[in-house]
Amino acid sequence: MTSEPPGGPSPVAVRLTGITKRFPGVVANHDVNISVRAGSVHAVVGENGAGKSTLMKILYGMQRPDEGTITIDGEVVTLGTPAQAIAAGIGMVHQHFMLADNLSVLENVVLGSEPRKGLRLDFGAARARIDEISKAYGLGVRPDAMVEDLGVGERQRVEILKVLYRGARILILDEPTAVLVPQEVRDLFRAVHELPGRGFTVLFISHHLDEVLEIADEITVIRRGETVATVRPADVPAGQLAGLMVGSELPSPQTRESTVTDRVVLEATGLTVRDAEGRLLLDHVSLRIHSGEIVGIAGVEGNGQTQLVEAIMGMGPLAEGTLTLSGEDVTAWGTRRRRGAGVAFVPEDRNRHGLLLEAPVWENRVLGHQTQAPNRKGPWIDRAGARADTERIVREYDVRTPGIDVTAGSLSGGNQQKLIVGREMSGAPRLLLAAHPTRGVDVGAQAAIWDHIRDARAAGLAVLLVSSDLDELIGLSDSLQVMLRGRLVAEADPATVTPEQLGSAMTGATAAPGTASSPGAP
Amino acid sequence: MSTEVAPTAAPAGPRPRVRATPARTAIAALALVVLLSLVRAISGADDLTSGGAISAALLLAVPIAMAGLGGLWSERAGVANIGLEGMMILGTWGAGWAGYQWGPWAGIVAAVVFGAVGGLLHAIATVVFNVDHIVSGVAINILALGATQFLSNAYFAGRDGGSTKQSPTVDPLGTVSVPFVGDPLASLEAHHWLLVSDVAGILRGLLTNLSWITVLAVLLFPLTFFVLWRTPFGLRLRACGESPTAAESLGVNVYRMKMIAVVASGAFAGLGGASLALAASSFYQEGQTGGRGYIGLAAMIFGNWRPGGLAGGAALFGFADALQLRGGAAIHALLLLVAVLVVLVGAWQLRRRRVVQGGVALACGVAVLVIYLVTTTVPSQLTGSVPYVTTLLVLALASQRLRMPATDGMPYRRGEGG
Amino acid sequence: MARVDVRRVLVTIAAPALALVLALAIASLALRASGHSPVDTARAMVTYARRGSTQVLILNTATYYYLAAVAVAIGFRMNLFNIGVDGQYRLAALLSAAVGGAVHLPRPLHLLLIVVVAVTVGGMWAAIAGLLKAYRGVSEVISTIMLNAISTAVIAYLLTPGRLAVSTQGSNNIGTRLIPVSGQVPGLDLIPGANRQVFGFIIVSALVGIGYAVLLNRTRFGFDLRATGRSQSAAVASGVNVKRMVVISMALSGACAGLVGLPQLLGASYSYALDFPTGIGFTGIAIALLGRNHPVGIALGALLWSFLDQSSQILDLEGVPKEIVTIMQGSTVLSVVVAYELVRRYSQVLEQKRVGLALGQTTGVTA
Repeated sequence: MTSEPPGGPSPVAVRLTGITKRFPGVVANHDVNISVRAGSVHAVVGENGAGKSTLMKILYGMQRPDEGTITIDGEVVTLGTPAQAIAAGIGMVHQHFMLADNLSVLENVVLGSEPRKGLRLDFGAARARIDEISKAYGLGVRPDAMVEDLGVGERQRVEILKVLYRGARILILDEPTAVLVPQEVRDLFRAVHELPGRGFTVLFISHHLDEVLEIADEITVIRRGETVATVRPADVPAGQLAGLMVGSELPSPQTRESTVTDRVVLEATGLTVRDAEGRLLLDHVSLRIHSGEIVGIAGVEGNGQTQLVEAIMGMGPLAEGTLTLSGEDVTAWGTRRRRGAGVAFVPEDRNRHGLLLEAPVWENRVLGHQTQAPNRKGPWIDRAGARADTERIVREYDVRTPGIDVTAGSLSGGNQQKLIVGREMSGAPRLLLAAHPTRGVDVGAQAAIWDHIRDARAAGLAVLLVSSDLDELIGLSDSLQVMLRGRLVAEADPATVTPEQLGSAMTGATAAPGTASSPGAP
Repeated sequence: MSTEVAPTAAPAGPRPRVRATPARTAIAALALVVLLSLVRAISGADDLTSGGAISAALLLAVPIAMAGLGGLWSERAGVANIGLEGMMILGTWGAGWAGYQWGPWAGIVAAVVFGAVGGLLHAIATVVFNVDHIVSGVAINILALGATQFLSNAYFAGRDGGSTKQSPTVDPLGTVSVPFVGDPLASLEAHHWLLVSDVAGILRGLLTNLSWITVLAVLLFPLTFFVLWRTPFGLRLRACGESPTAAESLGVNVYRMKMIAVVASGAFAGLGGASLALAASSFYQEGQTGGRGYIGLAAMIFGNWRPGGLAGGAALFGFADALQLRGGAAIHALLLLVAVLVVLVGAWQLRRRRVVQGGVALACGVAVLVIYLVTTTVPSQLTGSVPYVTTLLVLALASQRLRMPATDGMPYRRGEGG
Repeated sequence: MARVDVRRVLVTIAAPALALVLALAIASLALRASGHSPVDTARAMVTYARRGSTQVLILNTATYYYLAAVAVAIGFRMNLFNIGVDGQYRLAALLSAAVGGAVHLPRPLHLLLIVVVAVTVGGMWAAIAGLLKAYRGVSEVISTIMLNAISTAVIAYLLTPGRLAVSTQGSNNIGTRLIPVSGQVPGLDLIPGANRQVFGFIIVSALVGIGYAVLLNRTRFGFDLRATGRSQSAAVASGVNVKRMVVISMALSGACAGLVGLPQLLGASYSYALDFPTGIGFTGIAIALLGRNHPVGIALGALLWSFLDQSSQILDLEGVPKEIVTIMQGSTVLSVVVAYELVRRYSQVLEQKRVGLALGQTTGVTA
């Protein structure tokens, strides 16, 4: 517990002063100053890539700051390792869960702070303690389950339990809602609301303004690695907060003339994908995209969007279903042949699927287009042609790079994304599968990418757009489909639908009210 | 490395898991004995369950088992280790070098230390310098061979009974037997009664004339299980193999755990080397390991990265080795055993509706059976490949059921996770 | 922007140089410890290597080391670890020797037949591992180790009188029937004054090296192969059929491995006998690492290795245990991979800095 001076305002639990962190070529944090009052929920907001995660890693001892000091409960501390942070009472719920799948919940929770009986790990004591915490906070965690058998919400509760188990008083929640369905978000918020009353201080990291306004006592805005302001939610309207976040007005995608034609480019019928255990990941999905049409797929991540895109690309085995491209049955075609037929692909994970990080930029221009002009001359790679065209992409898409011979991995994320979009738009594709096409790029580049997509659409491109950014979906799409648990569950008209309506469809609330799962509500 | 689509957050029920409970293990062992007994009776190859064969199998299983345990420790912590062969070579040399000067027990200690040094080298390369684990393992195997050849030249050549390829003779380590069971079991065994004599033979092999190293090796299995699965240390070590970033985020010193695991791995391999030099023979000899480090690795994979399974794999490979050495009808009878086992596996697969695997297994089983029926002997050259073929078959037919540590063989740098 | 970055070139050369120095130091220490002079030892080796006949031997061993290393490198470029080159070349050499010894054909046909058999056997044996990897998910490291052992057993089985072997007169060695002259590759008088000839097969070795370079760097197939090696997931998304690629590149690696035994078989022994050289596959791994999978680097590595091997023959006469060379080779490999890793990390940072500097961009990226 914090030592509270009698009568005074609640003291500062965490103070970050002048934190600066440089990585080769970039400064992730520059002179960051944040004061978090004990017993408050303090939100840190900023765009993707603004430096929030780096800052929290510094506070949790996973990265060392180059400059600046960290003060916990009035004492300057050095947090060189997570162990030191844990000892200082800090706990972190990571955005990407830090769980070992092949270990039990109990093992994951006690790891590093195991109760002992002689030489042995005291499983009995551990189980009792976990049950106790789980009950006290209504987490509903089963100690002996294997983590690999748990769903996302349950995994997050295991992460929270891990932190509580270590007796942390300062909780960092790093983008905790990114993977949750809205029901689970509500449960999480209820739990977070209770924490200050129990003596906890919460640092809540997010890039969703609505969430932050709902939950936080104070909000610190970070832009381009620097603290811009710290405000109270009651004091500022949301629009102003958004302005602080992006440094200018939110670029809002506008509505425009429809370019939809009646020529069907993609027709998918009953696409079904199963995992190795036979579980349905994609459940009889049928959809049709016309030339000049953008079909948006809304849904909480992990509901089958990845499988849908990969099924259309021919990257994974299809359990059932057929695909036709401009009337031609392409179900049996491999990815290469589909690409050759004019299917372009902006993958959701550019590092895994979009780039060869260790290869030069110009070789990345060839990637995915090995069989197409201007990269190819018979069985040979046309190096000159590919290089010249890479220069063109760098120019037209404003890829910031000193040259086309540096490795793709040394470009910043936004520039990598621009390179990929530029590449995929080359060679006049018929169909573009764009998964989160503007993820991690700055606002200016985002608008540019949107414009490129719109222009191509006007020229007759058919687009399947998967995104978690509802504004992007509503602004770009000609029609919207909502995906839930591997199925297309609802259709919406982007001209009339509101983000709230979409949100409830994404949870299944509209389809079957009141039956949405609410596991372990506190 | 697979190209399958990773299962995402689909609603997941608990998967049915067949756990190796003590009762199930006992039943399986019993079934195996019955099967052996029947095959022995049908084929008339009495050596299949004779005390001598079982005893030899145990002796030959120990080095494989120790290399396997070494692999288990290392890979459970996420470091792939094909340098086991080299560490084992270092062990055999250390055993010969210390053994002939200060006695066999000193030989064991030296073997463990030499193996651990090999492990340390692998640990430094893979953990500190982040070198590809396989590459480092290959280099260590080359280096160990050269180092021992060089050292033999310097320390053994010209010594009494020693040469550039062999150490002087080491005093025998001595054996131990469970008292009062040898003779009664031997006489029971001599009757060749179905089941009774077989059990007697197996027991006689397992309970009499055991090398002290064998006893030590057998004890290391429950010890490993206890340490890795029942202590905080073991949990941390396994966590480093399953998710080093998670371990790191909870304050576990991943580098240190991996270092310890790999050094221990070398020590186990060294002990395996000692068993070759001190129990299976009485001197170090160049080429003594004969690839057993690799077989140990195979046994570990066969055993699904668990001590119990590894023991089973080592026993199987040791048994095949022993029968090969003893020659004669037993190795031919082994074909019948293999045929029956593979047919059983195939039937089980078919029951689980794995038509392709089941069909392939059944076909293999029938093919082996036909070979058994139309031949009278197995060419001795081919029997040496039994462990390897078995491992390939297991990997090919049961790879979905194998669960290796999630980050086995992958590089890890502090602070780069998440 | 195609200018040569001097610093990067220096950094690339620094790694093997550093590793060599380290390996020399280790070998010197071992020599000192056993009471020998490192300088005298080195001098003896160099003097011996100056002889024409030694140089021929160096070139000859380098001929097959090179083939083995290229075989390994083909796998490496695809992130496949073909530890099975050893088994592949021995099986291929045995079977091609048996076929070559059994027929009489005009020279070109005869040679072609032998080469085709060797390439096919090596390729098919390696393809087993490729198929297991592609369709059953079996690690090629494990399966090729197993296949090595199995090929040893198969060779022992086949190389017995009554099967493929005949007894050699006047010794207890047995081998396949001698390949007639029409199936032999004549030697070349490359080194003047030497009493030996260089394997004619060295030309094939060089051609294989050129083919390797062209295939990988200039063709679509090579692009796909390298892409798969760098990122399998990205290759899949780009349309590479990774499973097929695994099988093909494994088979290609094995086919190249199949050639490894031929310089010796067609240039010197003309028969696969019990004393046919073994272990070249493992040497190939070391040399591929040493040469960074680069066709020229591999050639230099093969020559270095071969020099160490051959010139060590003099050491026994000097009273120095020649195994010192093995120590040196082993420590070279280990220090070379460590050095490359350090250099890789360093140049990555260098490049990121360079890009950052060139753009003057300082903010806005999270790690």
